[in-house]
This record gives sequence, structure tokens and C-alpha cells, in this order.
Amino acid sequence: MNSENPIWVLISTFGLMSLFAVGGAAAAVPEMQRIAVDVHHWMTDKQFADAYAIAQLSPGPNVLIVTLIGYAVAGIPGALAATLAMCLPTALLAYHISRLLNRPSQSRWPGLIQAALVPLSIGLMAASALILAQSTDRTIAALLLTALVAVIASVSRINPLWLLLAGGLLGFAGIV
Amino acid sequence: MSTDSAPAYQEPDQEPDVPVAHAPPPGLLALFLAFARMSLAGFGGVLVFARHAIVDQHRWMTADEFNETFALCHFLPGPNIVNLSMVFGSRLRGIAGGVAAFTGLLLPPTLIMTLLAIMYARFGDVEVLRRILAGISCAAVGLLIAVVFRMMTPLLKRMDVVVIILMFGVFVAIGVLRLPLQAVLLVAIPLSIGITFLMRRTVAA
Repeated sequence: MNSENPIWVLISTFGLMSLFAVGGAAAAVPEMQRIAVDVHHWMTDKQFADAYAIAQLSPGPNVLIVTLIGYAVAGIPGALAATLAMCLPTALLAYHISRLLNRPSQSRWPGLIQAALVPLSIGLMAASALILAQSTDRTIAALLLTALVAVIASVSRINPLWLLLAGGLLGFAGIV
Repeated sequence: MSTDSAPAYQEPDQEPDVPVAHAPPPGLLALFLAFARMSLAGFGGVLVFARHAIVDQHRWMTADEFNETFALCHFLPGPNIVNLSMVFGSRLRGIAGGVAAFTGLLLPPTLIMTLLAIMYARFGDVEVLRRILAGISCAAVGLLIAVVFRMMTPLLKRMDVVVIILMFGVFVAIGVLRLPLQAVLLVAIPLSIGITFLMRRTVAA
């Protein structure tokens, strides 16, 4: 009965999806595509690809591709509903788990588990960087730009925004 | 904070990454504005800017504390950086701080994104955007590499060979061999917890 209300479909779809999105928004993109394009026919393939590009291009967490999907389904209320459904439940879950782990107690397990996750998390981030680089840096110029930015950002405390702007200008000029 | 709950882990010979004490905890408005700023700067992902602001600029956390907080949010479901805003804000200022950081992170870019959605529905051509995006993505990957390197430095400085091997193992398994995430984590998480347990027992003894 509720399945007719698009807002409710958005909330239940993305609320549920977020709970299974271990590894962040990037990991959930294939599932979003399946649901938005194949299951519900909210968007065409090209519209989804454009939405992904816009979400990468514009500021803010990349998960906000759900804002665009929500807008395509139900306008501004849909955009807000999809965004909150994707972000709020897991943020509250993270809040409670973090409080649980950091409660003052005699047990050293919570701190130990958190410390044990650190090298795994960094290893995963390094792997995403490699995978992203393989799909992004298809030309020598692109590879050079990536390497140059990596070195500059490692050795200086320059605001990263400037490096992104430089990349955007080079892209606009058709160099990379 | 992890440093309170696990004093045994702070070996006496261990240098913190940045030898500066914490800045005083920020007010709610400052939290909201800081997260709004890092969010609006965060083209192609916010992690780079979050670490820059929290560790380098405001010194609200040490490099190690940031790593632990991010690692926790990384392994919980949902968008990492959104989780981080809630967890980080609430550690400094309770649930109100969490909500302030969460709102700061999401509200401004959601408004921008809604505007872009309206423009896209009207014009629908993103060819120029896509060219610019290609350049921005190259730079964004470079930034990601740099931030991963910075997050590694406390681990490398400590010279725990086993921990470094574990990190490198996850990198190779996922990034090079492309093994499925669940299988890798199923092995790596118990292994890492076991190793950390053994190392801390040695330090405490």
C-alpha cells in the first residue's frame, strides 16, 4: 500500500542500503546503479553516469549521488529524503558504537580492537587509491599529474583545494 | 579517547606524530563551520580535507587518534566520512556536537547538489563538466595517495614490522590480487586483533 508513495520507497531503499554499505559510498555505487536503473527505472544508464560525474565533481561527500537520484524520483522532497535516509541511520549507529567502545571501563578490549583496525583501514585506503589510479590515469599526462599532486601534497601543507583547481583547469584545457 | 582507555599502548619511547598538545575543544558553531568548510572544499571526497582540518589545521586530534576514529567509521556500514562527522563531533561536544558536525558536513553540499540537479534537469549536458572532472579526478587520486601516506607515518615511525606487514598484506590482497573484501577481512580482522593483543601484553609485561 505504501509502495506507491515515492518518498517512502526512497527512504526504505536507501535506509536499507546504507546499513549494508560497508566500505563507504564508493562500494555502494554498483548497487545504487542496479536499483535506480534496472529495478525501479528511475533513471537511464546515461543519466546515472551523469549523476555519478556530477557527484564526483561537486563538493561534499561523494555519497550525495543519492541526492541526485532522489531529485530525479520526487523533486526536492525526494532529494532531502534520499540524503537523510542514506546518512542518518548509520551515523547514529556509529555514534552509539563509538560511545560503547570509548566508555571508561577496566576492559582494554575496545581500545585494542580499534587499534587493530588501523593498519587494515590504511591498507584498504591504499588499495582504493591504486584501483582509482588505474581507472583514472589512462594517459602519461594524467599519470604525471597524479604523481605530481601526490608529491606536493605529501611534502607541503598547501590547501588541497588549489591542487584540485589546477587539475580542473588542465582538464578544461584538454591537457589531461 | 583511546589514549584514556588504553594507557598501556603509549610506549614511553614513542614520539607522537606531531609533538603538540590538543587545542581546546571547539564550540558547536565552530564545529558546524569547520565541517561545512571541509565539505565544501571536498571535491572528489572529503577525507583529504577532514584530515587536513582536524589534524593539521585545528589540532583537535593527533594523527593516531584520527587514524583510530577513521578506522572505526571505515568498518561500520554507511558513508565513512558522514559517520566520522557524527563520531568526531560527539567525542568533542556530546550528541549536540555530533549533530552540528553532521549538519555542517551535509547541509551545504546537499543544497548545492539540489541546485545542480535542477540545472541538469533543465540543460542536461555535462560534456564540459566531464572534461573538467577528468582533470580533477587525476589530482584527487594524487591527494588520496598523499593522505594515505600521511596516515601511514605514525605506523612507519613506530617500526612495528608485523603491523606494517599486515597493512601491506591488505593492500596487496585487495588492490593487486583483487580478492573479495569479505574474505580478506574475515582473515585480517581476527589476525590483527590477535597480533595487537600479543604486542600489548609484551609491552605491559
